[in-house]
Formats: sequence, structure tokens, C-alpha cells
Amino acid sequence: MPLANVLLVDDEVPFVETMTKRLTKRDLRITSAFNGQEALDKLEEDRSVEVVILDVKMPGMDGNETLREIKRRYPLVEVIMLTGHATVESGIEGMKMGAFDYLMKPCEMDQLISKVKEAAAKKRQHEDKIIEARMKEITSRRA
Amino acid sequence: MDKSKREHRDYYHSLTRNMLLTVIIVSFTPMILVGGIILYQFQASYHEKVHAHLEELVQKHKQNIDSFLQEKLGDIRFLADNFTFEELRDETCLTDKLESLQKEFGLVFVDLGVISENGIQIAYAGPFKLGKALYSQADWFQKAMKSKYFISDVFLGLRGLPHFIVAVRDDWMGEKWILRATIDFVAFNSLVENIRIGETGFAFILNKEGKFQTKPLLDIVTTRKPYIDFLSDRNTTKDEIHVVERTAASGHKNIYVAASLKNGDWLLVYQQRASDAFSDFRRTLRVALIIMLLGGLGIITMAFILSKRMVNRIARADREKQMMNKQVVETGKLASVGELAAGIAHEINNPVAIMVEEAGWIEDILEDEEFQESENLNEFTRALEQIRTQGRRCKEITHKLLHFARKTDSRIQEVQINDLIEELVELSSQKAKYSNVTINTVLQKELPPLQVSETEVQQVFLNLINNALDAMEKKGGVIDVTTLMEGDHIAVQVADNGPGIPEANLARIFDPFFTTKPVGKGTGLGLSICYGIIKKMGGEIDVHSVMGVGTTFRVLIPLPKQDESQEESVEETDTN
Repeated sequence: MPLANVLLVDDEVPFVETMTKRLTKRDLRITSAFNGQEALDKLEEDRSVEVVILDVKMPGMDGNETLREIKRRYPLVEVIMLTGHATVESGIEGMKMGAFDYLMKPCEMDQLISKVKEAAAKKRQHEDKIIEARMKEITSRRA
Repeated sequence: MDKSKREHRDYYHSLTRNMLLTVIIVSFTPMILVGGIILYQFQASYHEKVHAHLEELVQKHKQNIDSFLQEKLGDIRFLADNFTFEELRDETCLTDKLESLQKEFGLVFVDLGVISENGIQIAYAGPFKLGKALYSQADWFQKAMKSKYFISDVFLGLRGLPHFIVAVRDDWMGEKWILRATIDFVAFNSLVENIRIGETGFAFILNKEGKFQTKPLLDIVTTRKPYIDFLSDRNTTKDEIHVVERTAASGHKNIYVAASLKNGDWLLVYQQRASDAFSDFRRTLRVALIIMLLGGLGIITMAFILSKRMVNRIARADREKQMMNKQVVETGKLASVGELAAGIAHEINNPVAIMVEEAGWIEDILEDEEFQESENLNEFTRALEQIRTQGRRCKEITHKLLHFARKTDSRIQEVQINDLIEELVELSSQKAKYSNVTINTVLQKELPPLQVSETEVQQVFLNLINNALDAMEKKGGVIDVTTLMEGDHIAVQVADNGPGIPEANLARIFDPFFTTKPVGKGTGLGLSICYGIIKKMGGEIDVHSVMGVGTTFRVLIPLPKQDESQEESVEETDTN
């Protein structure tokens, strides 16, 4: 089982490709998308995605819009924002909208991995809690 | 540089000259024109006036003299008409008559005589012993015999004294006889002698031949012009009075006024030097000229001073404009460089990220076992590490660039500059201690609060203090931070006594990427960021540096507008 199911979203194709290779090598399962809309489609197809790594600055639907849409449709999916230096504010803005964290590009691999792990853990924890709650509800109903 | 300076100087010189000339021409032309016209008109009318005056004078005297002669003639005619030849040839009776005439008219009549047809003086009364004198050959006798009344020219006669004769011819028993009276020359002379005006004006009488009938004041050669002219055309202009101005032999310009007397036999001439006659006019002219001269001098002086001052002011304005232009260009340059930098930073960031990731990927692959045996593994690792390091360096540069270029939306708030400075000095004290630098603050108390972004102002002064510390890293020294009010600005000075900045670098000190620090130590953005921040606040930042003495950065931050600060002070008092 991979460490986490990750959707990597960036408009820079070489960046996505290399990152995919590197992250895969580090036991992550990577799905890639090259713009916001594609990211939403991929999420719809593959419900197992736990963490989205999302570039803020993209043509068309930008990172923050995509984030808002992801959080609306899949509240439990955690999002890590990748920002340039000029868009630190957007990263902070993203966190206010429910992003797990933000990282500045280019980022250290170790840092990214640990963030992804944390995010995945948080998501699983949330899911567990929800399942637990449901179970509790069901068991208490039976009782 | 020298050439352009010289051109500048020439330009200002010619500007001064043009202004000077313009002012002088514009003010002198009307002055001279008006003055000239008025003077000319005044001169013409004054001449006319003087001429008229002299004409009148001469006219009056002509009448006087004419009536004097007529009167004398009348007196003698009276004698001749009222007394018979018989009575008058009696010398006692004649003496009687002379006495009564003298009693009546004074000593005008010198003597009386009765002369027979053949020119023998039959009777004589008077002071000279002229009884029985023979006049038949005398010029006057011959003329007197031809007309009933006769007044002779002045002549010496038998008695050897200048005199003239008034004679009346009458008939007695078919024989002609003549009663003649001698008129005293002195008495007659006084008639014209009294015509004296000014210093050189005098009158005299000439006869047809141009001989003097009275004694002139000055020696005059009557055979010269204009006397000859007067004498030659006297007949045609019997009653007219001639006024002529002519330059005499002596070189003086004279006015001559002439009128005929005694039906054209004599000529009354009045002459005066023009300079004397027009002395009033000359005086006025002199005063006017002096005033004009002084006024002209005044105008020239004023024009000179004013144009000098004006051109100096223009030169100063030009200099200021030039400086302003330079500043505008500087600001514009910085702004465009900033924009460019932001764009480049954005664009570079992604490729750098990709490069770093690719390097990372190679690193990942190298971790596989098959490569672990490669003899060049260490070289690969070192190269990849280098790529990563340089990638990080790129990241730092773009980071600072973007920070420099981006529009910070940092909140504007009330900032007490003194508190801020003290905080920064506190912050820098550790670094200062290592560099053996003392930081002194001289802060003016109770400075009004500024409405600025605190973080930006912090950045500016931290940059300045850090630069000063860096400059004095080797030798240590003193940094003086001063705050004070300067009009509606607060001025903050950061002065060090470090090595100073070379002249060549001073001009470029605020340019982005300009740095004197070794590669990798400075980005050359610190001061241009400061510049950008201060300019954005509407403030000023400048630098003065003397090699070996130190460098002073001076920052001017504008105070908030008056009405705002008033509102704030109201709020403050409310909360207090």
C-alpha cells in the first residue's frame, strides 16, 4: 500500500512529470492533472485521492478557485498549496479557505513528503472519526 | 563636461546680454524719441518767442526813434513856421528860442542856426563859435536845399564832434533859407544805447553807407554780412523787421534784428549772441540732458542688475529642473527595473523549480544499487548538490526581487518613529558588538506620529543600519541615528564614520543589483528597496559621503496631512 494517494496539479508539464517520478519513488501513488478543471475531473474519477498538491498560479482556473471547488465537493480531501514568492499571500489565503498548508516552490523533497504524510494522516484520522461516529450511531441504534 | 559647461555659460551670457539690450532699447527709445520731439518743439517755439520778443523790442524802439526824429523836426518846423526869417536872423532872438527849446526838451538841441541860400550861416545860437560859417559845400546843406525837411546822418562837421542836423527850408521874399538845429549825439545815442538785453544784446544805427549813426557797444565791421544784406534790401522791406541768425566771424552765432528808420535812410540793428538770447532754453536743455543722463544711467544699472538676477534665477531653475529630470528618470528607471525584475522572477521561478526537481530525480536514481558501484558516484553527488545549492541561491534572489517589486499591502498605521528606531538599534546591538561599533541615538522628543507601514519603515532603517555596520566591519566605529522635525517632514539620519563611498558609486547606489559586496554576499537590492519604499511614502532619501570621513543617509518622511492629524489628536484627547 502506498504512503498516500496524491493528485499533483500544476500547469508546468515537466515539473509534474519529474515530481511524479520522484514522489512515486518515495512510495506515493501519484495522479497528475495540468489544470484546475482536470484536477476536479480526476477527483471525480478517483475517489481514493487523499491529498492534492496544488499550484497556486495556473492559467484559467487558478489554485484558489480550484481549492474552493475541491473543498466544496470533497471536504475531507486535504490540499497542500504550492506558491511562488509573489503568491505567498495566496497561500495564506488558501489556508484560510481550508488548505492543509502551503509550500514555496521550489520546495525541498523531504519537506514535501512529510507534509503529504501529515495531510494524509489527518485525512485518515478524520475518516476514521467519521466511521467511528457512524458505527457508534449504528451500534447505539441497535441497542 | 567642460565643453557643455562653457556652452551653458555662453548661453546664460547671451541671455543676459539680450535681456540687457532689450530693456535698454525698450526704455531708451521712447525716452529719446519723446525727449527729442518735445525738445525740438520747445526749441522751435522758444526761438519763435525770442524772435517775436526781439522784433517787438526793435519795433518799439524804431517807433521811439522815428518819433524822436519827427518830434525834433516838428519843433524846428514850428520855429520856422511861426517866426519869420527877420526875427530868426536876430541872434538874440535865436538864442532865446534855443533856451526855450532846451528848457522844454533838455539839452537835446545843442545849437540853432539860420543859413542863407548860399550857405552862409547868418545867425547862430549855441556853445560853438560858428557864426558866419560857410556850409555851401557841406553835404547836408546841399541835401537840405533839395527838400523841405531834412535830417542828416551823423557827421563830425566843423566843430569836430559827432552830431547830426535837423533842417527846415523856408522861403522869404523869394529867397530860400534854412533853419537848422544840431541834435546832441549823446542824447540821441542814449536812445539806442539803452536797448540792452542779457550780456551781449545791444543796438546801433547805420546809415545807407553802413556808417555808424550811434556808438555800438562792440566793434563791428559793417561791410560784412548780414549788415550788407540789410542795407541792400532795406527799400523793399521798409516797414518790416528782419530777424536773421548767422554765425559771426568770431565763431559765435548771433541773432540780428534789423528795422529801417527815417524812411529807409537809417537802419536800426539789434544784435545778440544766440547763446545769450537762448540762455534759458540752454539751461533747460542742460537740466533735461542731465536728467536724461542720470535716468539713462539708472536704467542701465537697473537693467544690468535685473537681467543678471533674472538669469541667475533662470539658471537656478534650469539646474533644479535638470536635477528633477534626473530624479524622475531615476525613479522611472527604478520602477521599470522593478517591473521587469518581477516579471523575470516569476518566469525564472518555474524553470528553476523544474531544474532542481530534475536534479533531485537524478539523485533519486543514483540511490539505486546499480549506480552505487560507479566510480564517479561522488562526482555526480557533488554536482547535483551544487545544482541544488545554486537553485536555492536563485530562489533567494528571486525572492528578494519579488519583494522589491511587489506592491505590498502592508497596513498603514500610526508609527512613533523614535520607538521604532530604538527597537531597531536594540535589534542591531548584538551585531554591532561583534563589529566593535557603537550606535548612538539623538532623538528629538515628542515627534508627531507618522502614518506609514511599520514593517516597511523598519525594513528601511534596518537596511541602513546594517549597511553601516557592514561598512565598518573591519575597523569598528560609531553610528549616529538622529531624528528631528524638518518642516512638515520628519528627518532621520543614519551617519557612520566608516570608509565612505567613492564618488563613482554614489550615483548608482540606489540602482538594483548594484553591490560592492563579494559575490553571494549581497544582492544589491537593499538600498533600492529602501528607495522604493521611501518614494512610495512620498518621502526623500539621499546620501552624502566623504571618503575616509563617513557616510550619511538622510531620509525624509512626510507627516500626515494636517486635517487628518487634527482628527487624530481629537480622538486622542477623547480617549485620554
